[in-house]
Amino acid sequence: MRRYALWAATWGLIALVLLMPPAVVVAEALKNGLAPALASFSDPDGQAAIWLTLEVTVVSVLLNTVFGVLAAWVLTKYRFSGRSALLVLVELPLSISPVVSGLVWLLLFGAQGWWGPALERAGVHIAFAVPGIMLATVFVTLPYVVRTLVPLMEQQGRDAEEAAMLAGAGFWNILWRVTLPGARVALFSGILLTTARAMGEFGAVSVVSGHIPGLTETMPLHIESLYNGYQTVAAFTMAALLAGMAMMAVLLRSAPEYLARWKEKQA
Amino acid sequence: MKQAVLSFFRGGGSALPGYRLALAATLLWTGFFIVLPLCALVIRPWQDGVGAMLAATRDTRMFAALWTSFSSAFLAALFNLPLGLLLAWALVRGDLPGRRVADALIDLPLALPTAVSGITLATLYGPQGWIGAPLARLGLVVAYSRTGIVLALMFVGLPFVVRTVEPVLKNLPRDLEEAALLLGARPWQVVTRVIIAPLLPALVTGFGLAFARGVGEYGSVIFIAGNQPFKSEIAPLLIVVRLQEFDYAGATAIALILLLTSLLALVLVSAVRRRLSVWGDAG
Amino acid sequence: MSVQVENLVRHAPGSTRRLLDDVSLTVPTGAFVALVGPSGAGKTTLLRAIAGLDTFEHGTLLLDGQGMGSMRDRARKIGFVFQNYALFPHMTVARNIAFGLDVLPRSERPTRSASAARVQDLLELMQIPDAGPSYPARLSGGQRQRVALARALATGPKLLLLDEPFGALDPIVRRSIRTWLKALHERLGLTTILVTHDQDEAVEIADRIVVMQGGRIVQDATPEVLNQNPQTAFVMEFLGEASSFSGTVRDGLMVPDEAGVLPFPVAASVSPGPVTAMLRPYEIQVRPGVEGGPAVVFSADGARNGYRHYKAHLADRLIPFWVPDYAGNPVEGQASGLLDISRARLFREGQRCG
Repeated sequence: MRRYALWAATWGLIALVLLMPPAVVVAEALKNGLAPALASFSDPDGQAAIWLTLEVTVVSVLLNTVFGVLAAWVLTKYRFSGRSALLVLVELPLSISPVVSGLVWLLLFGAQGWWGPALERAGVHIAFAVPGIMLATVFVTLPYVVRTLVPLMEQQGRDAEEAAMLAGAGFWNILWRVTLPGARVALFSGILLTTARAMGEFGAVSVVSGHIPGLTETMPLHIESLYNGYQTVAAFTMAALLAGMAMMAVLLRSAPEYLARWKEKQA
Repeated sequence: MKQAVLSFFRGGGSALPGYRLALAATLLWTGFFIVLPLCALVIRPWQDGVGAMLAATRDTRMFAALWTSFSSAFLAALFNLPLGLLLAWALVRGDLPGRRVADALIDLPLALPTAVSGITLATLYGPQGWIGAPLARLGLVVAYSRTGIVLALMFVGLPFVVRTVEPVLKNLPRDLEEAALLLGARPWQVVTRVIIAPLLPALVTGFGLAFARGVGEYGSVIFIAGNQPFKSEIAPLLIVVRLQEFDYAGATAIALILLLTSLLALVLVSAVRRRLSVWGDAG
Repeated sequence: MSVQVENLVRHAPGSTRRLLDDVSLTVPTGAFVALVGPSGAGKTTLLRAIAGLDTFEHGTLLLDGQGMGSMRDRARKIGFVFQNYALFPHMTVARNIAFGLDVLPRSERPTRSASAARVQDLLELMQIPDAGPSYPARLSGGQRQRVALARALATGPKLLLLDEPFGALDPIVRRSIRTWLKALHERLGLTTILVTHDQDEAVEIADRIVVMQGGRIVQDATPEVLNQNPQTAFVMEFLGEASSFSGTVRDGLMVPDEAGVLPFPVAASVSPGPVTAMLRPYEIQVRPGVEGGPAVVFSADGARNGYRHYKAHLADRLIPFWVPDYAGNPVEGQASGLLDISRARLFREGQRCG
């Protein structure tokens, strides 16, 4: 009997806190039926926002994957002084408010920033333009690949790498043929987390973007302007698309596990 | 000291290739993307002169906003402890039907983009919302008030508590409870003495993580907060307001305080965790 | 291939503690050398330094009289087997073995068929001809050991370095793979250096044993010499069960402190003063006691490996001793007597003195 009470309380809580929000998103988007929801995608500003979000995501994921792999390599395969400080540094963006993560780039490249005016005169626009959005997004998503790779690579030790080295393999060969294949599931997971986070970043991007519709509005920013402009259906349709993309990325992380289990069943 | 410098340049004496290349890349990357911006954050506010900084510290609106952020984050993290413990317990020990689905749903607040959670929570708890409307009929106003802020922060902080408690609970042998029962403990004594005590480090960690996240949270809060100065204005929003007023010194001062608070919270958490983890893995 | 190590010094990363403290060692071509010592003695550190896995601060390391050269040259000269084998889990056994060939520059890389033939040869040499397509996770410990060895030998090295290679195997497999490895060493004309913490293993397989302690080489000799003439009390104890008796040398006699242990003459080179006498249980002999004099009580402790085991009850401790197990051995039927320890080696402050 007590067990049923526990189940009821748990599912009640999950329904109230966790299930309702996505339900609201879908309900609000389809409030007037499917046609108006789909029609909102024909808005050129909305399309521009989708494209910009994809661009920013691709850039952040590429940069943070390449550098994240190199950082994880340094942090796990060597024991040098300063290693723990570097570990803390890499994880720092996780504990910084998104708004602050945007602000720091204005301090460097904004109109009153250190290098902003000089760059502005040279015709390079960073703050309130796409490069600023990219900088802020890279900053916010920087830790994820490293964070997922480090525990796994740490646990794998460096025997395999040393064996490869003694077999005559150079750095890139070791990385490409031994380390990364061994850590591919973690790498995949880290990349997907980076993707989800990069697409959905709001606070940091909001500070550096300047909110120019069709030019510097990413999907989250466009959702905000639609919502504040009382275009509820369009706002929630865009929100449903964005949430769907982000959640897809997060859920895909367990795909390798399911795939392995499925293969095992076949064999 | 000399040994430390040598070890830094030689990779601790391992002959694995690629150390210098990878280290140089890592230093460049973290240098440009983390160290440089943080230096700007620390140095920039003083460039407008000490006067501007002093003016910023006399700003009562700033203190009101900071108080709103800290107290709401604290309350939200606190309320999340029992809820998170319940969910973790149900997932690990409760033989919950639909456990896999529930497990995936726990991470939802982390996966949902903050702007989406923001407008969703504002709609859900708003005067016409599915939850807001019945509450309004009872005379409870949730949206556009401090209560709304706490609710939004509870939503984003919940996974942190569940996910830190869960692994520790999993590693806690069931025999402990059985041993306590056989020794004559009452069920509630089992919970308080045998379950909560070893989970304490994990609960502290979860609380700290949720608090640190809550203090800086922006997107999921501003839509439901009402954003009235001195009442329901959170600190991150005030940064945005100050920036719109081109008051960089004011904005940076708040940012520094926020940054230091969340770092302090995390340092405290790891200190407490280390202190308590003599009992074993603290998660 | 000969290995020459001179005055090697390596510090623990970021500290001044010495992992290798001025180590010199010469291994001639064709030798089978075992590095033994307690954990933390520096044997694995020395092996890794020879392989070029870790850098060192001072000293020289010569292979066949020449410096080390690049890692790629070294790969052709040295085969290394890791303690837990370090097989690449995502590659089949065949790909594991062929790895050293696959990473050669294109101009030197053997053709696909030549490489496959080489892999098959090695698998047959290792007596696991059918293992090629399996993944390492599917193999037993002994099979993994052989795959690791095959991978180490794929590039045709003349120097084989083994780090605790039998540590994870069960005793029976261990014994058989030991003899097989020795035969392989002879057949391929290798120079082999093996790290182990098991002195029995070292004695059985190696023709030279290097004992290490605290980052230094304590003694470097053949198993026979090591057993007959241990240089320090530590080597004596490390190589097998030993009992020690403290006493004093005076007038050419070593006089034990404990009652019931007979004095014995020592060489004239041993100066008077306190010493410790150490010997193995089978080196202790028994003499009949004198009427009314001191005597030690014996108790039987069973028989093993052709020896009868006894314990001698001294005033405040038990000393084990073994006598050959045959009818009418000197201790049979004797309940007490005196201990003759004249076959002992003498040590003063841990160093051999007679």
